[in-house]
Amino acid sequence: MIREDVLLAILGMALVTYLCRAGGYAVLRVVRPPPFAEAMLRHLPGPIFIAYVTLALSRTGLAGLAGAAAVVLVQWRTGHLSASILAGVAAVWLYGLLAGG
Amino acid sequence: MVFTRAGVWRGARGALPLYLGMLPFGLVVGVISAGKGLSLAETLLMSAIVYAGAAQLLALELWAEPVPILAVVFAALVVNIRLAPMGAALGFWLDRLCGWRLWGTLATLVDHSFAMSIAEQRGGGRDAGYLLGMGVSLWLAWQAATLAGHVLNGMVRLPPGHALFFGGTAAFVGLLVPIWRGARQDLLPWALAGLAALAAQGLGLPQPLPLLAGALSGAALAAWNETRGRAGTAPSPGTTPGLNPGPQTDAARRPGP
Repeated sequence: MIREDVLLAILGMALVTYLCRAGGYAVLRVVRPPPFAEAMLRHLPGPIFIAYVTLALSRTGLAGLAGAAAVVLVQWRTGHLSASILAGVAAVWLYGLLAGG
Repeated sequence: MVFTRAGVWRGARGALPLYLGMLPFGLVVGVISAGKGLSLAETLLMSAIVYAGAAQLLALELWAEPVPILAVVFAALVVNIRLAPMGAALGFWLDRLCGWRLWGTLATLVDHSFAMSIAEQRGGGRDAGYLLGMGVSLWLAWQAATLAGHVLNGMVRLPPGHALFFGGTAAFVGLLVPIWRGARQDLLPWALAGLAALAAQGLGLPQPLPLLAGALSGAALAAWNETRGRAGTAPSPGTTPGLNPGPQTDAARRPGP
């Protein structure tokens, strides 16, 4: 069952989300960005995820830092993303166990 | 640049590890959707065509009866505005696509597929199908996770600080490793990005301002570093607007020290 107001809200959310996904690229396809903006876009991936991760870690405290260290170590040594995610979750879990007990 | 079925499959398989990070998040969105009174069909429709976890979560925070349509649409816009520069930054692959391959691939763009594609491209990947395969694969996982969350509502209760929730953050920490290009290029911009995000958050600015402050200041510093390095050398007029974040290009554009 889908109610009308819910449907409208979801369609609106989907529309603006698609505009975000496609809009940045669409604008760029038409307008040649100045060299500085182009360079910024090229360098954006690292900073955007660093900002994301930093904000997330600021809420998880030391447990999160321990988890992040485990992830970086395992990812760096093995290159396996699933292994590093599991290592991070395990480190956070262990930290909670040790700090709590 | 190519767009092959093999590339799509490669992307779809490459997304599998990320399911680990997505599952707890999707479960939570499903559980909260059910808690807010959304039917299963409504939950799945939202996951299917909005397909943006953070936006769905924020919209559900604002959910009420009747639905404050403008408020939730605006929330989705604010949270997802970060996807606009991501699409633009993927120009190195997207510039060669047109029609459904271009606009359909963009419809599947999420943070994970963006980060994985940047890593793939920096590692020499030339197949734009990778981005679509990854986006579709993650989309399927997202449907499954929110479906499970809605169905299991009340049966699973993970406490807010449960270690499983770290999976989402862990995925992005892991993705940063292959994106790293060395201290000379990345150390200062990345440090600035983290500090600026924390400072903006400390000032009490609402999301997504801290995220954007960090991302844009870090990218601006990196761009300044690069343009300063080639100051005085006029950009060749024939260069295409294709954005190539590859290390080779960076090195080629930078005159010797």
